[in-house]
Amino acid sequence: MSAPEDRPAVPAESPAAEDVARKRTEEPENRWSVAFREIVGGSWGVSVGAVILAIIAGSIMIVATDEGVRAASGYFFGRPGDLLAAAGGAISDAYSALFRGAVWDYRADSFAESIRPLMVSLNYATPLIGSGLGLAVGFRAGLFNIGGQGQMIFAAIGAGWIGFALQLPWPLHMLLAMVVGILAGALWAGIAGLLKALTGAHEVITTIMLNHTAYYLLFFLLATPGLLQAPGSANPKTPAMLESAQMPKLLGSGYHLHLGFLFALAAVVFTWWLMERSKLGLTFRAVGENPHAARVAGIDVSRTTVWVMVVSGALVGLAGVTQVLGTSVTGFSTDVDAGMGFDAITVALLGRSSPLGVLAAAILFGGFRAGGATMQAAEGIPIEIVTVIQSLIVLFIAAPPLVRAILRLPKPGQTPRRKAAQPAKEVAA
Amino acid sequence: MKLELRGITKRFGALVANDHIDLVVQPGEIHCLLGENGAGKSTLMNVLYGLYDADEGEVLLDDEVVHFAGPGDAMAAGIGMVHQHFMLVPVFTVAENVMLGHEPTRGGGRLDLEAARAKVVEISERFGFHVDPDAIVEDLPVGVQQRVEIIKALSREAQVLIFDEPTAVLTPQETDELMGIMRQLKADGAAIVFITHKLREVREVADRITVVRRGAVVGEAKPGSSDAELASLMVGRSVELTVAKDAPRYSDAKLEVKDLEIVDPDGLVLVDDVSFTVRGGEVLVVAGVQGNGQTELADALLGLVTPSAGSITLDGTELVGRSVRDFLGQGIGFVPEDRGVDGLVGTFTVAENLILDRIYGPPFVKAGSLQLRARDEFARAAVEEFDIRTQGIDQPAGRLSGGNQQKVVLARELSRELRLFVACQPTRGVDVGSIEFIHKRIVATRDAGVPVIVVATELDEALALGDRILVMYRGRIVGIVPATTPRDVLGLMMAGIAPEGSEAA
Repeated sequence: MSAPEDRPAVPAESPAAEDVARKRTEEPENRWSVAFREIVGGSWGVSVGAVILAIIAGSIMIVATDEGVRAASGYFFGRPGDLLAAAGGAISDAYSALFRGAVWDYRADSFAESIRPLMVSLNYATPLIGSGLGLAVGFRAGLFNIGGQGQMIFAAIGAGWIGFALQLPWPLHMLLAMVVGILAGALWAGIAGLLKALTGAHEVITTIMLNHTAYYLLFFLLATPGLLQAPGSANPKTPAMLESAQMPKLLGSGYHLHLGFLFALAAVVFTWWLMERSKLGLTFRAVGENPHAARVAGIDVSRTTVWVMVVSGALVGLAGVTQVLGTSVTGFSTDVDAGMGFDAITVALLGRSSPLGVLAAAILFGGFRAGGATMQAAEGIPIEIVTVIQSLIVLFIAAPPLVRAILRLPKPGQTPRRKAAQPAKEVAA
Repeated sequence: MKLELRGITKRFGALVANDHIDLVVQPGEIHCLLGENGAGKSTLMNVLYGLYDADEGEVLLDDEVVHFAGPGDAMAAGIGMVHQHFMLVPVFTVAENVMLGHEPTRGGGRLDLEAARAKVVEISERFGFHVDPDAIVEDLPVGVQQRVEIIKALSREAQVLIFDEPTAVLTPQETDELMGIMRQLKADGAAIVFITHKLREVREVADRITVVRRGAVVGEAKPGSSDAELASLMVGRSVELTVAKDAPRYSDAKLEVKDLEIVDPDGLVLVDDVSFTVRGGEVLVVAGVQGNGQTELADALLGLVTPSAGSITLDGTELVGRSVRDFLGQGIGFVPEDRGVDGLVGTFTVAENLILDRIYGPPFVKAGSLQLRARDEFARAAVEEFDIRTQGIDQPAGRLSGGNQQKVVLARELSRELRLFVACQPTRGVDVGSIEFIHKRIVATRDAGVPVIVVATELDEALALGDRILVMYRGRIVGIVPATTPRDVLGLMMAGIAPEGSEAA
């Protein structure tokens, strides 16, 4: 029937060509990119759930480390009620202290004193908003910018230098310092974007390396007289910002909250417009969701990558600028970023990479920071509990898709065999 | 062995994939299960094969109710399945693949490879398969790999054989050979279930035809039924299978491809010295078995790959070396082969996808800002004109059915001013009803005086659409022939054999 001699030639595909064809169809199904997208753009329910679970886990740690609870557990079988009472007391003490420190101090005498914690929280939130937005833009475009630290440092160097070295009237001085700082942040991130576009170097690696480069560059500048170091000082610290470059306090000198907060809010609006209403944002999202289709639609994926990093770095740069010109106006040193470049990752994840979500998450984290200090002072609960809660939030959000990707598990609720889902589409249509 | 399915119902949530399906397959009979993509054919077979549990209904073998907990049970009961996507280990030999899963052993648990080889040789000789038991599977042509699958099923004494869309990956000649094999198996007393949506194959081998639509049996057809009768049963309304088109009226527009060569990063030549011309008002079909350079050729026509040599000129303008955006700017409409990957952003809305490659200026973008009103108006009009079945222009495009996704891509590409239109496998995975519509639009584009290139792997499509047919094999042009060329000549060309006196070689 099918003797080979009857057959003119074996109609073989060129194996390599077939390989190419196969790769094209398999790539978008890549389980890692699926996991990435689920992590950075999942549902709000997951975000809220992650926060609640993390707080519950935090409670367990508070209970486990509380002296009173440990004492009561010694005679648990004698009087179990004591243990429960002690545990409940420890938790409610801790979280009420957190609330007092973050939102509303109900023990204070005056309204002005009572809202002080909220202002502190918003002040802490300010840089997290900017850097969180920067990360979120990257996430939406499929890029993982871990270089927040370096970009904030670079922005601080730029803004800081303008801030103390030039003599200009307010607000010109402040605005110039801001622009220079933001551009510096954009430039520093843009390097990573350029490296990715030109050589394919992964942005996670290059941004981490650029973090170190920026850190040691700042260290060098601070330790070298005549550069960033305050004159007549041997400390690795810059001079104070000139009055004309500072961001004024919003509600008088009684509160820390400064103009930077409003800039951060403006950045939220701008980012929303950029991602949802601008052509550039559409290309960012298209490249992030499906670079193949973006390419066929004439979008230059490499160039877009550079722009994404530039915008991301600019937003992170805004965070660095508000730190230098608004929060630590007496001069800064190598810890100017205060870990916000990394907290921004959590903020962007928790905020589902949406501008409003980032705003909410940043304020929540600002509150954790402010309240954590009060909790430590009032209840002796280590502030690290707050760090643990933040870390658990990331874990709860990121772990399920990651575990699925690593173990090649199907998403729950979906039929494991993809064929099964297809009739649904056809019939529905 | 007689196979009977009684009242099989399978639901996925609210969707009924199989709705009380009855099916009887007698030994020595080829029973065709005909239906569009997504009609529920594969689901039914997966129920039979023990991959899914039926919600209702039962499976009977020789009038006895059986229950399969998994493929293992089904195989043990004598049911063999030849999957659409081969279930073979590419780096194993034929014999190793055949014994995989029920390895014969000698004392002490040692593998008895000899027994497996003997089995392969025996079956292979009985049916004239000519399969070498020691060949590595990945080195074999697709058609032979399929025979390995069949041997695998037969080696387990399968008396009921299920072929799930077996011809999707075959050349016309290989398809004919498979038909021959099926007839032989039938003569040997096997009960055969042949799942397909290709009408010609059904008419060729079927003893009985059951048509499935939207999860339910809509009727039985006689083997003598015409294509039109079968298609209308399948789709539920009468369908025009042939594209009505007049003789081409050439315009001045012209695409010229000269000495084109494309080399992949590993140095492999994918497109080798390809030259052709397409005039405005004609359709040139680029035919060939998948993976012979057509995809790369098409990609080069949109600047997605840069040729290592040669030129592409559209109305005298050289295009090689320019960016994709420049190609689009020149008025090239492009329907990519894999719409889910290259044509659409699945998470974007229908409206967003409809303007995806038109964001470089008015009317959809002004001063860097998206013009939502213009976009939505255009999207609504396109949904109307192209009959895109969607819940709304804000629905994610990835949720649409294959045919409707393709219509989104077509609507985007065809609602521009075009000077060249390139469509790669425009009807792959598309339901018959949409195929008709897509073909009409392509012919309309041709009649508007635009040069049209269609990449096709199926002869039916090539013959229906083409004015001329260019056949590629291993990156080279085998020949460019008129669309009146007989099927068997085209089939030979797809296997690399140039006909006498063809235009190019």
